[in-house]
This record gives sequence, structure tokens and C-alpha cells, in this order.
Amino acid sequence: MGDLTQVSSTLLYIAFVLYLVATFVFGGTIRDKRTDKGNGTLGKVAITITIIGFLTQVGYFITRWIASQHAPVSNLFEFTTFFGMMLVFAFIIIYFIYRLNLLGLFTLPVALLIIAYASMFPREISPLIPSLKSHWLYIHVTTAATGEAILAVSFAAGLIYLIRQVDQTQRSKRTTWLEVVMYAVFSTLGFVIISSLFSAFDYSAEFQFPVEGEEMTVEYQLPAITGPNDGELLSEGVMQPWFEAPGWMHGENAARKFNTLIWSVLTGAVLYLLARLILRKRIAAAIQPLLKRANPDLVDEISYRAVAIGFPVFTLGALIFAMIWAQQAWDRFWGWDPKEVWALITWFFYAAFLHLRLSRGWHGEKSAWLAVGGFAIIMFNLVAVNLIIAGLHSYA
Amino acid sequence: MKRITCESCGHVNPEGTVLCEACGKPIEKNQHIDGNKPGKLLNMRYEGSARRSQTYNKSVIDKIWNFFSSVKVGVTLIVITLIASAVGTIFPQEMYIPPNVDPAQHYADQYGILGKIYYQLGLHNLYSSWWYMILIAMIGTSIIIASIDRYVPLRRALKMQKPKRHKAFLQKQRLFSESENISAEDVEHVKNRLKKQRYKITEQDGHILAEKGRFSRWGPYVNHIGLIVFLLGALMRFIPFMYIDDYVWVREGETAVVPDTDQQYYVKNKDFIMETYDENDERYQEAIQKQGGAVPSNYQTDAVIYKASGEAVTGEDPELEKVKEGSIQVNRPLKFDGYALYQSSYQLDEFESMTFKIHETDDESEEALASFTVNLMDPEYEYELDNGFRVVIDQYFPEYYMDDGTPASQSKYPRNPAFVFFVYPPGEETPEVSFAGIGRNVDASGENDYKVGLQNFEVRDVTGLTLKRDYTLPIIALGGLIFMIGVIQGMYWQHRRVWIHPSDSGVMLAAHTNKNWYGIKREIEKAIDGTGVNMVEDQQEIKQ
Repeated sequence: MGDLTQVSSTLLYIAFVLYLVATFVFGGTIRDKRTDKGNGTLGKVAITITIIGFLTQVGYFITRWIASQHAPVSNLFEFTTFFGMMLVFAFIIIYFIYRLNLLGLFTLPVALLIIAYASMFPREISPLIPSLKSHWLYIHVTTAATGEAILAVSFAAGLIYLIRQVDQTQRSKRTTWLEVVMYAVFSTLGFVIISSLFSAFDYSAEFQFPVEGEEMTVEYQLPAITGPNDGELLSEGVMQPWFEAPGWMHGENAARKFNTLIWSVLTGAVLYLLARLILRKRIAAAIQPLLKRANPDLVDEISYRAVAIGFPVFTLGALIFAMIWAQQAWDRFWGWDPKEVWALITWFFYAAFLHLRLSRGWHGEKSAWLAVGGFAIIMFNLVAVNLIIAGLHSYA
Repeated sequence: MKRITCESCGHVNPEGTVLCEACGKPIEKNQHIDGNKPGKLLNMRYEGSARRSQTYNKSVIDKIWNFFSSVKVGVTLIVITLIASAVGTIFPQEMYIPPNVDPAQHYADQYGILGKIYYQLGLHNLYSSWWYMILIAMIGTSIIIASIDRYVPLRRALKMQKPKRHKAFLQKQRLFSESENISAEDVEHVKNRLKKQRYKITEQDGHILAEKGRFSRWGPYVNHIGLIVFLLGALMRFIPFMYIDDYVWVREGETAVVPDTDQQYYVKNKDFIMETYDENDERYQEAIQKQGGAVPSNYQTDAVIYKASGEAVTGEDPELEKVKEGSIQVNRPLKFDGYALYQSSYQLDEFESMTFKIHETDDESEEALASFTVNLMDPEYEYELDNGFRVVIDQYFPEYYMDDGTPASQSKYPRNPAFVFFVYPPGEETPEVSFAGIGRNVDASGENDYKVGLQNFEVRDVTGLTLKRDYTLPIIALGGLIFMIGVIQGMYWQHRRVWIHPSDSGVMLAAHTNKNWYGIKREIEKAIDGTGVNMVEDQQEIKQ
């Protein structure tokens, strides 16, 4: 059984590498004049590698399911990895509808970042607490993740549209916001890099601090820029925190998570500035020439189509199935738990998106900005609500 | 009501029509309604049909109608609700703060000045606030009015449409082409290919309309009906008969009346079981160690449900008839006669009874001279013991703690019982005062001849069960189902139409879809392949 867990991790690793390779091959199609509509060889090679990567990850999913004896969607690592897998799946489907190679170049890196982000969380197989013991665990979580993944494709397409269309000859609000999006991507990368770096050195700093009268200890895997409120550093030979986390941050891990956030933001800033220095222009401006041959109308349609396909799936998984399960496990189908509220907010947002597009003619750039905004909300629900706002769903 | 007769085809249209229902010719004086401009494409959103909201704006009713039927207003309402909902997650809502604390104090203590403001604005109960309810009600109203405003004329327009369309209508479609010298065979060919792609063909004087997926146009209205049903279901929870939500604690071995059932139902707790994962289980070892404690795997109450039979007589125990027996687990409620009991909380090892003994203070072997047992749920006032001892309970603290030097009880539940006893030794009239509890027996005066000590105790578990009866669930589920059908109908199918219009020397071809332009272009490509008909041009293509 321990072997199976090992096999499972290896498969995930292979899938990751395959996605990475596929990204580069998709990148190669930009220069290839013949592959405009996905009928060139390079495009075929790229999508084939992607599919093999996806199947490998399905292998990871199945072996881990067997090893843990429950669907591996029960903690933050498992859920986020699954989300990455479904993002690749959604991409494959959309790819076969529209055959746009460029979409692979944008979707796969997002999936890569998500999977890398996931693997920074505890990866051991954990037992299910009684409220999670239900078939609805995997029915609800997998459907919700699939819906969110399809909506994420809309983000990738929207981003292509914006980078392609936003006028980069002069600085404007739009170029600034586009750089904010770029910076957010760099911060995620920063989180992955900095976490991997310090975990490679087995960095550990332990703090003791009071929570509601009881002394708790917490272990930092990153040097403490911010320590727990009223905390005391136990480990020796490590960095003293520069300041204490504010008192209103609750939960035993709040300060540690806040510290990680600071690290990600800082590393992201360093990476971003480096990239700006090397490129000597805005990141989006540097990418823009590569997208010249993309048909903005088609990209706009893909972005919208992804929402059209993803919205019903999201509603079913994140709201309806969630309600059925909540009714069974907690005797009420709706409890205004932060995660529930943010699923509702996501739903409201995409409902507004669809109404604006269908009835008020928000096409093209406006629609693309909305696609980016929707993804930001999804990510907020995945990352921030789990890490910052504690609730029934904060299983990590 | 005024009518507009089409100059071209003679069809009589209702007032406010933008495009003739039959032939699609723009009705000149109404083009401003849909923002159609000369030289630009037609706005096909509602087929140019006459919507009430765009036609009348005089009476108060008109104004209210127009306000709620506006998509702009609808989206604004959604966005306000969205932001309000987000605000509600900044700090925990009142239902998620610990019970038995003063919320005003709690928010100020935990979250400082911001928490205080949050509380004072009532944001700690945001989702049940009157203004949040009004927002939802306004969204509901908007859904109903906007849907009626559009559905009725849209349906009419699609019913009235004729294959023979006015030239101006075709030319101003997003997809359009004109071809010279087209043979009748070629037209027939295109028609048959479209038929093969499951288009429904209607013809009129050589004009062809190929149409498919019209039912997807009704998707939005179906899903809006679903939402309304859902909201009505949620509203019905305010009717007491429809929705019951209560709570009952039952001790092991006890039978308690199920609340809110008119003393009709009783529940017996045969056994409460809490299980944890085996810490040596190889599979979960690592995670359990990291967790730093046992991980529960099951909470379960083995319960029996009884129904009172016959007339209930006050003061008498009713006769009970067994209705159902089973286990209540998390995720597996026990259902009976429309009610459901959910495993929701528990209290392990609550004290049931305690047995105390009396011994001489200086007897090191603490040999019992007499002993007595106190039933903790229902303690007696006085105990007559063997050897002539008499004990009176002066004070009882079910859940004992020291409150600034004075003993007090945190609750009425015997979780940490302690007593102040008056012990009357044989023949004595003045008692000795003794304090006894778990792990403590204190001689208050320091001069007692006899000491009271704990000899034995019995414990049992208590289970906390939530009782629900919710007749609104089927309605809410129906609403969800209708919504899903509608949203899939509208999103996964598209309404596509292709018009073929014979002109003097060739044909005009125009097409419209409500979404997925890429898809309809591919179908037209397939249909015209091998004929002289030109491929439609996308007249809206963003050119950069």
C-alpha cells in the first residue's frame, strides 16, 4: 500500500513534467506559420503530450484513491491538484472544439502553477472526519472543481484577448491592471519557488503563543517575517520575526499563513521587477507581439463559450450538490459559511457576466476583463477563504 | 392599442415593434428602441419585438415595470448583493461565534474597533437583515418582470416569422453573403445539406428559412422560473408548519420527548458511540501524528423512536409504541413520519451518579463507616445512612468552578459535580460542613471528625440531536431542477437560423445565431461546399 502511494506521487510528477513539455511545444507553434488552426504537426504533438499528461494524472488520481480508500479530494492538496487536472481536461475539450494552439500556451502554465501550488500543502493521506464521509464528497467536490476549471479556461482566453488587444503604446489604467494580473501570476510562482527552496533546506522555526488562554506551538517552514501575536520563538539559530501578526488574525496557523503570504508577495515582486528589468517593457507588452496572429473574435468567443459551458456545471456542483450534501451532513442546505457565500458570490458574478454579455452587449474587452475578474474570485475562494477566513471548509 | 402595418409585407405588428414580425423589415420610427443605426448591423437580441418596457412610460405602473424589467437594474442588484454577501464574510456571522457570549463584547474584543463597527451596523447578522432580504426580493421581482416583458413578445415574433424576409433584414445580419448566377440545383443542394445538419426547413416563394434549436431561446425563461420556485420555497420556511428546527439532548438509556411534535414522538438513546481512527493504521499514521491527536471516524446514536398511543393524560406517562429503530450517524439522519433526526453534538462521560463514603478524618485506611449514592440528575435533599449518620446536601454545583474564590456552576449539566454536604454524625444536632467533588474533599473548618470522600461514580454519554421537518425541501429541489434544465437548455444549445433569399441574378444568404458564431459558420461552410454560393462574411469581425 505504501508502494501505491509512491506510485501515485510519481505519476503526478510525470504528469507535471509532461504538461511542462507540452507548454513548450505549444509555444513552438506560435512561430510555426502552418499551425494556425491546429492542423500542423507541432500542434498535434503538443495536444498528444497534453492528453498523455492528463491520463497520467488520472492514473495518479486512481492510485491515490485506492491507497487512501476515499476519493482524493478531501484536503487542500488533493482538491487543488484535482482542480489543475480538470483545468487540463477542460482545455482538451475546448481545444477540440476550436483548435487554438495558443490556448494551450496560456492554460497549461495556469494548470502547472495550480498543481505546483497544491503540492506546497501537506501531502500525506488523511483520514476522513465523519462529516466528510459521504458519497457527496466526491460528487460535490469533483463537479464543483470541474465547473471552476472550465471557467478558468475562460480566464486564459480572456487574458490572451487582453494582451492581444490592450493598447501598449501608452500607459493607461488598462495596461496597469493587466500588469497587476501578471504580477499575481508571478506571486504564485514566487510562492512555489520560495516554499520549495526552504523546504529543500528543511527550514523550521517553532513558536509558542497563546490562543484563548492555551499555549500553542506552530512550526514555520519559512523564516518568520511576522511572528504569532504574543509569540515566543523556541527554535535557535533562526531569524527573529520583524513584527507580530495583528491580534485579530485567529486560528493557530493564521500567523504562519500570513507570513507565507508576505513571502509570496515579496518574491513575486522580486521576480516581476527582474522580468521588467530584463524585458525593459511591460510584461504584457513583451508578450503582445507573439499573439499577433490570434483572431481576437475567436478568442473572445472561446472565453464566452467556456463560461457558457462552465456556468451550469459550476451551479450544479458548487451550489446544488453542495446543498444536497449540506442538508445531509449538517441538517441545513445552506448555512452562510464563508465558503458557501463565496461560491454564491462566484455564481452571482458569472450570472452578471452572462446578463451583461447577452443583454447589454458586453463583448470583447469588457467581457475579457470580466473573465479575469471571475477567475480572481474563484482563486480567492480557493486560496484566501481557506487560508484566511476559517469555516467548515478550512480543511488545511 | 395602436398597430403598425408593415409597408413591405402587410403584416400587422403591435405598437413598439422594431422589426416586422413577419419579414423583418425595420420599422423606421422605432429603430431608436434597439439602438439600430443606419449602416450598422441590426440588434437581434429580442428579434426587434415590441416589449412593454420599451413602449409605454407614462403611468406609475409603467415606470415600476420599466425599472424592474431593465437588465441594467437587474445586474446592478446582483452586484450590490454580491458585494453585500462578501462583506458578510469579513468577520464571522453571529451564528458562528461561540454561544453564551455577549456579541457586542465579543466583536469588540476580538476584532477591535472594526469589529465594533461591524456589530453596530448589524453586519453580524447580515444575511437575515431586512435590507438583504429586500435585495433578494428585488432580484426576484426583477426576474419575474424582465422575463414576462421579453418572453411574451419574443415568442410571438418567433411564431410569426416568415421565410420570406425583407432584403434590408438580410443585409444587416452579422453573417451575410451575396452570390451571382446561382442555379436552382445549387440552392437545392445547400438546402439539403442544411437539412442533413438537422435544420428545419420552411419555404415560401423560393425563400428558404433553415432553423434549429429554437427551444434554447426559452432556456433563460425556464431557469428564471426555477429561481422563482426556489425563492418561494425558501420563503415558505417562515411558515411554522412547513419548517421545524429544534434540538434535543438525550442521555444514554433515557427516553426523551421529541420537541415540536405535540408530545407525539419520543426518542430513546440506547447507546452513543464515538470512534476514532486507529493511530497505528499505516495508511493514516502520518496524518494522525501531524494532527497531534485522535481523529474521529464516527459519531453515532443507536436510537429507538416511539409514538405515544392513545390519549395523552397530563401527569401520566403515555403508552409508547415503537415506530423505528436505527442508528443516527453524521451524514445519515434517521427519518420518521416526515421528521428527521441528525447527529449533531455529544457529551462524553457525563456523570450519572456518585457514591460517597464517610470515614474518620484520622483514619489513614479511610475505612467507610457509611456510604450513599447521589443521582446527579435528580439529587435528594437528605440521606439517612446506616450507623445513624445523616447527610444533607447544602449546595450542588453540577459543573463546578471557582468564580473569584466562590464556588459556582458553569451549567446545569453534571460534567464536574461538586457538593457542600452537611454531615450529621450519629446523635449530633450540629452538622460538620464538608466539600466534596472530583479529586477534592475539603474540610471547611479543619476540625471535622469525619470526612466525605468519593467512593465510586458512574458515567454515561449524552447525544445532541437536531430535529428537522422541512416540507419546503421538495419545492426548493424542484426549483433547482427547473433552473438546471433551463440553464442547460439555454447554454448548451443555440438558436441558429439561415435565410436564403433569391435575388434578381443570384441569392442572398444570411445567418443568425444567439451564440457560438464559430459553430454556425462551420455549418454554413459545410452546406455551401461545392456550390457557387459564397461563404458568408462576418460583418462584425473585429479588425485590428
